[in-house]
Amino acid sequence: MRAHSNADGIADRRDMDDFHKRRQLKDALARWLIAVGGVAVIGAVVLILFYLLWVVFPLFLPSSSESETLGQRSAWTDEPPLYLSVEEQLEVGTRVTADGTIEFFQTEDLAPLAQERFAPLAETRLSAAAESDTQPAQLALLAESGEIFLLERRFSTNYDDGIENRRIEPGLDFPYGTQWRPLTDGSPVVDFTFSSGDNSLVVAAVSRNQLFVSYGSMEQNFLTGERTLDSRNLTAELGFTATSIAISGNHRWAYLGDDQGRIHRYDLPSMNPSQTLKVSDAAITELRMLLGSISVLAGDADGGINQLFPVRDDDNAYQLTPIRSFPAQKGAIERIQTEYRRKGFIAIDSTGMLGVYHSTAGQRVMLEPVDAISPEAFALSPRANGLLTIGANGAAELLRLDNKHPEISFSSLWGKVWYENYAEPAHIWQSSSASNDFEPKFSLTPLAFGTLKAALYAMLFAVPFALAGAAFTAYFMAPGLRQVVKPTIEIMAALPTVILGFLAGLWFAPFLEENLAGVFAIFLVVPVGLLIFSWFGSQNPFLRRLAPEGWEPALLIPVMIVLVWAALALAGPIQDLFFAGNMRLWFSQELGISYDQRNALVVGVAMGFAVIPTIFSIAEDAVFGVPKSLSDGSLALGATRWQTMIRVILPTASPGIFSGLMIGLGRAVGETMIVLMATGNTPIMDWNLFEGMRTLAANIAVEMPESEVNSSHYRILFLAALTLFVFTFVVNTGAEVIRQRLREKYSSL
Amino acid sequence: MKNFKKWVATGAPWIWLNAAAVTACLLLVVGLLSLIAWRGLGHFWPASIQEWIVQTETGEQVTLAGQLRETETIPAERLREAGVDLPPELVEVDRTLLKVGNRDVTGQDFRWVLEPFVLERSEPRSLFLLERDEWGAFIGRLVGIKEDGTAVRADDINSEFEQRLARAESLRAEIHDLERGEIGKINYRLERLRLAQRKLELKGDNDPKARAEIAREREGLEAEYRALEERLIDFDRQIGRDSVVMRTANGEERDLPLATILHAYQPNAMGLGSKMVHYLGKVWEFLSEEPREANTEGGIFPAIFGTILMVLLMSVVVTPFGVIAAVYLKEYATQGLLTRSIRVAVNNLAGVPSIVYGVFGLGFFVYTIGSSLDELFFESALPAPTFGTGGLFWASLTLALMTLPVVIVSTEEGLARIPRAIREGSLALGATKWETLWRTILPMASPAIMTGMILAIARAAGEVAPLMLVGVVKLAPSLPLDGNAPFLHLERKFMHLGFHIYDVGFQSPNVEAARPLVYATALLLVIVTILLNIVAITVRNRLREKYRGLET
Repeated sequence: MRAHSNADGIADRRDMDDFHKRRQLKDALARWLIAVGGVAVIGAVVLILFYLLWVVFPLFLPSSSESETLGQRSAWTDEPPLYLSVEEQLEVGTRVTADGTIEFFQTEDLAPLAQERFAPLAETRLSAAAESDTQPAQLALLAESGEIFLLERRFSTNYDDGIENRRIEPGLDFPYGTQWRPLTDGSPVVDFTFSSGDNSLVVAAVSRNQLFVSYGSMEQNFLTGERTLDSRNLTAELGFTATSIAISGNHRWAYLGDDQGRIHRYDLPSMNPSQTLKVSDAAITELRMLLGSISVLAGDADGGINQLFPVRDDDNAYQLTPIRSFPAQKGAIERIQTEYRRKGFIAIDSTGMLGVYHSTAGQRVMLEPVDAISPEAFALSPRANGLLTIGANGAAELLRLDNKHPEISFSSLWGKVWYENYAEPAHIWQSSSASNDFEPKFSLTPLAFGTLKAALYAMLFAVPFALAGAAFTAYFMAPGLRQVVKPTIEIMAALPTVILGFLAGLWFAPFLEENLAGVFAIFLVVPVGLLIFSWFGSQNPFLRRLAPEGWEPALLIPVMIVLVWAALALAGPIQDLFFAGNMRLWFSQELGISYDQRNALVVGVAMGFAVIPTIFSIAEDAVFGVPKSLSDGSLALGATRWQTMIRVILPTASPGIFSGLMIGLGRAVGETMIVLMATGNTPIMDWNLFEGMRTLAANIAVEMPESEVNSSHYRILFLAALTLFVFTFVVNTGAEVIRQRLREKYSSL
Repeated sequence: MKNFKKWVATGAPWIWLNAAAVTACLLLVVGLLSLIAWRGLGHFWPASIQEWIVQTETGEQVTLAGQLRETETIPAERLREAGVDLPPELVEVDRTLLKVGNRDVTGQDFRWVLEPFVLERSEPRSLFLLERDEWGAFIGRLVGIKEDGTAVRADDINSEFEQRLARAESLRAEIHDLERGEIGKINYRLERLRLAQRKLELKGDNDPKARAEIAREREGLEAEYRALEERLIDFDRQIGRDSVVMRTANGEERDLPLATILHAYQPNAMGLGSKMVHYLGKVWEFLSEEPREANTEGGIFPAIFGTILMVLLMSVVVTPFGVIAAVYLKEYATQGLLTRSIRVAVNNLAGVPSIVYGVFGLGFFVYTIGSSLDELFFESALPAPTFGTGGLFWASLTLALMTLPVVIVSTEEGLARIPRAIREGSLALGATKWETLWRTILPMASPAIMTGMILAIARAAGEVAPLMLVGVVKLAPSLPLDGNAPFLHLERKFMHLGFHIYDVGFQSPNVEAARPLVYATALLLVIVTILLNIVAITVRNRLREKYRGLET
């Protein structure tokens, strides 16, 4: 019995021990889980910042390259290429040699794929080959005897053996027929160029003192799709020693470089010289059209590279104008090859250095030595991610270029840039367009400007209301009324911004357009009317009884409604008197201020409405928190209520009020829907109250869904988001620190 | 005068101006809410149809029938400049916007009419307003009914029309059920089969048995589909039987198939009671039906459903994590400089613009995690993305991240209000820290947690900017919750009230026609957010009262 109970007790005790152990274990487990969970949640939040940074970071990484030896074909040393290219996938190369052979080869092992010979006669050799500036698949061959031949390369992909074993099969087309056409008189040519368009085609060669142009117009048979080329030959004697030639994309001008560093412009097809421009002190050695064939790049014997394009002058005539110079290389520029899809280019100089540039950013992103037997022995891939070179001994190398965001530099993001087709440098945001050879304009300045403009007008509207309202509510207002006012304002804060934006865009903007004078009249009539009323109100014992001290806002409700109505009614006569019947027309006709329906005033009011409650509640808290002893002391010393407010309460509460303003500003800066809906979203830089703007946040909302992942555009939008994040975070942290200091101060009082 | 100077010297005018600022704020809020309420609620009222004889610029007379939309006064000068011939003594002219409907006849839904040119006004009881599934409303008189193209003789043409409309209505319901229900189910299963087959191909699995199984199943489904299709064709034939002949106010006659008519009523013949009934019916239709005509007509049910589902999912995610983080910060973490700065940082995240969260959600959830998930688990559906595009799940997660600070701050505040004595008492009785937390502290803090959750929901319900990037669409083909396993389709795109407002108000082809609907949607959204906020504020105030007692 006893033993039994003893055993029982032991068992109980063991149970108890187990129980406590379990409890302890549970406690430890909970501690551990909560710690992990808590840290993970905080980590997730920190992750936002790091993820944004991680996406933005590659924009500012320097470009790099990696060289890969492909193999050697010693036979290639005998015949250096006249022309070399490599297709999109970096798998098939094309090589044209002076004996008239076009050879396709695999880049992997340099094995030949196909080859064909083109020459007008068995013994003739080619003197030059050029790809079209506008359609790089098309090639023009120039024979030493002076004839030209046009053809087009085609690459088709063969999936017969499955996706993994796809083959790229090269072939040749002859869209302009298979005949040789005359161009030059057979004199030695210094440069040769080719530009084909939809309905015209120009092939041009220049000897030391003569210019030969074959100017063709094309007609397409709608039924058969066949194109017929009708070309005529033009020549001009040159009064200078020409070194190079380029043809503008619209086929209106030929640009010729000479040995004195000048560029001569000849009009096509009249062949009249129309402009001469000194670009450099050294001889021009290379001219080349940038993608889109609007800009011409001029390399000179000192290694300098200049970009020029036609700019419309005051007489509406186009003048070729130097736009920007790129960092110079050491040796004479021997060849410039432009990229096929971006406004970038590479340049090779006589010391064997390769420079990689971007025109919009005006910068060189890379400079390094390469090995090649001749300036022609380079091929830039269409995606600009690889450079194929043939060096001494016929050794081929592939230089893989990692150059994804050359268009981004500090100056192209924030500075003024002179874009093609613009009359002067400007801040422009225009990220995309329908055409392929469009120059993206990634200036964040107009967006940052728009953000500040919207925030500024919103604050201008919100701050007087919010601060005056907060001061009154916290200090003068009767507690009974305060219990109604505070929740109302909190509800104001909770209104979805999409509703404010919708009302601003679809109700207020048209209303304002119709009643512009009325709205301005409100700002004049209402304060004056209120002051007059309040004078009578404070003298009239009946009104005083109706609204005792602290209930003034309630008394003012009907007064304000009447005053607003009166102001709107007065608008008509006022307009007739001062603004010739219509204030909006008067603004645009007399002052030249243009008026958009959705403008900064609309945004200011709508976003001000969204910001008022934020500022109001923080400022109200700050004023309300000022210890009562301070104001009691002040009043006891004979100060009026207003003096106490201005001299004692506001200074004490000012840090809190300031932090409210900062948080309000943060909200105004990041607000998306209101600006998206209440402005026209045009990225212009103008303080005009009656014009719209585009803000960083709205820009993200508009463009992000269409942006290609990991493109420069995508990363710039992330940069905009990061900017917003950091800005609001810093502003809010500042405000928070100020508020905490204030709290400490109050508690010590 | 002396009085006045004294009055100014005391600073009283300034105090009055400050009071006026409060008044202005109050009026702004109340005015805005009433504007939305007035416009939103007015949308459903069956306004009477006016029939006006109007003289046109060319001098001829036309008859217009339509509902009054708005009236405004414009200076006569402006009209004269535009070439309108007005009597010289006129300074101002009233003009009225009539909703005339009949877009398929006249090409425009709305007509501005200048009051001086209205020759005659009446409100004939015989005018019908037909709501159609395309081309907007039709306003006109009922002339005849046709069955299979031949006129039907009827004594009471109106009641005949009513009967036949009811028949078409029930047929339409059956067609809808068939399309959405059984045919939808078969399509869903066929798509699943296609994915299963693709999966086999990707695996290089050439097991003929599995393939035959799939082929057999597909054949079964296709046979079922053909049977259903026949039924559908039969229904289509039946519903296409009747048509009505309507005459517009200006005398043109149109044959309208009953299949295209959704509702028909005679507003001028309705009494107040039937108008009320009609009004409530329209409100119900608005809340429960799907949108028509590029969202400008019909209801907003999918948007309500999408918003609620998204917000629920979000709160399921945000509440536990927010509470754990708050408990960690308040109860477990060492209260040092680091914890303080984390607290400030979390606080400030509430102020980070919502679009930033959208950008993060798109880049991180959709493009990074979503794409990886697709490659790992949904390879068979590629290149069509499953989770690699915006959807319900990513939208909920993004908003959860956005509202996390709200929950954390509110919960922490609740934890801070619990007196020390309660913790110490529990610990002194031998409870472990976890037991103290679970049995006493969290229950006491639960109202604060609730408050945080409600505030988070209120914020999420009204937020649009981030959702535009992570999965909201203007028109989702199917609800994210349906009868096909696995029932909750987290990857589907969804509709949202806030985005609906933006889309219909700003991207719609016919903004004028859609505007009343947008006001109604806005009203709904405002009511929901305000109610949520009022609940949160009330709970918070109750809570404060409760602990005020404990503290003393």
